[in-house]
Amino acid sequence: MNFKRIYKYGSPPNYFRLCLKYENWFTVPGFLLIIIGCYGGLFLAPPDYQMGDAFRIIYFHVPSAYLSMSAYAYMALAALVGIVWRSNVAFSVAKSIAPFGASFTFLALVTGMLWGKPMWGTAWVWDARLTSEFILLLLYLGYMLLHASIREQKKADRAASVLAIVGVINLPIIHYSVVWWNTLHQASTISKLSSPSIAGEMLWPLLVMIFGYGFFFWGVICRAGATELLKREKRSNWVKEYVEEHQS
Amino acid sequence: MLPRHRRFLGICLVLLTVGLASFFILKSFQDNLLYYLTPSEVIAGKAPEDREFRIGGLVVTGSFFRQTGSLTSQFVLTDGSASIEVSYKGILPDLFREGQGIIARGKFNSANLFIASEVLAKHDENYMPPEIHAMETSLE
Repeated sequence: MNFKRIYKYGSPPNYFRLCLKYENWFTVPGFLLIIIGCYGGLFLAPPDYQMGDAFRIIYFHVPSAYLSMSAYAYMALAALVGIVWRSNVAFSVAKSIAPFGASFTFLALVTGMLWGKPMWGTAWVWDARLTSEFILLLLYLGYMLLHASIREQKKADRAASVLAIVGVINLPIIHYSVVWWNTLHQASTISKLSSPSIAGEMLWPLLVMIFGYGFFFWGVICRAGATELLKREKRSNWVKEYVEEHQS
Repeated sequence: MLPRHRRFLGICLVLLTVGLASFFILKSFQDNLLYYLTPSEVIAGKAPEDREFRIGGLVVTGSFFRQTGSLTSQFVLTDGSASIEVSYKGILPDLFREGQGIIARGKFNSANLFIASEVLAKHDENYMPPEIHAMETSLE
């Protein structure tokens, strides 16, 4: 296979410049979509027939949970590319995703508990869905701890990346937990093949929020990944040139 | 074979092994991972006798009654083919109502009444405004 083009664009200086250039293409639409989604979800959408206004926490719970899982998939993919190609760019992307992925997992768990307490009658149960999402949080924290505990950068990258890749097995378990086992958590509403079982005027703000969270996440990762790369390559020539360029 | 091909293959093998291992582990713990049993499973004798377990089912319409002046309530849970009478003393969750999916944790007493120590409401994956729900139920 010919990877020459990717090698050129994926070189550290090029990647760094691309990140700074396109960062706002993600953060700005992200913020706009989140504002529109909040307004649609909190003011325009009608209350649920059973849960009333309390169902509106779905507009924060579901996007956080989606992002917690997709961020993990991106992190594992970056880790794989990093291991196979020994790429500093990929390793820094993977490393910068971990704290944000962990934050969104935490948000998904907390919003779920706030929702569960009044509706189910309990904030936490050890059913398959809640437990596997909790394991996802432990995987993110494990990745960060493992990386921080090994002093040598290259070894830390490799060990933590293997952990991240192996943890991918948890993703299908989270997704299908509500299908494979009886759980207190309900089945999927929108990610099923038949038509979604949610009214249209309640659905669109949810989709807007999901995309808003996604764009915001990528904007943040552009910045965080670029910063991580800068730290790693601080002794290289391109960083020296970049600093000299921007000092005057 | 290039070094990067070797590394890629190595990672694939690790993933395959760990994946297979977790598949068999989950498979063998299948029963423990079930959060609740259905009334039919309980009647078929799948429930443990010496400890508490959970039953999940729908509250039969018209089966709910509460003793006056007490928190003790009684209702029947069904999964369509089998049903079990449940008694519970305590505050019920907001979503509790007849026809709703409920998970009750407890044990049978000597009179074959299921004494629940905890009752949780299960929500389904459907969300709709009250008007649409009223329209759908009137069509049925």
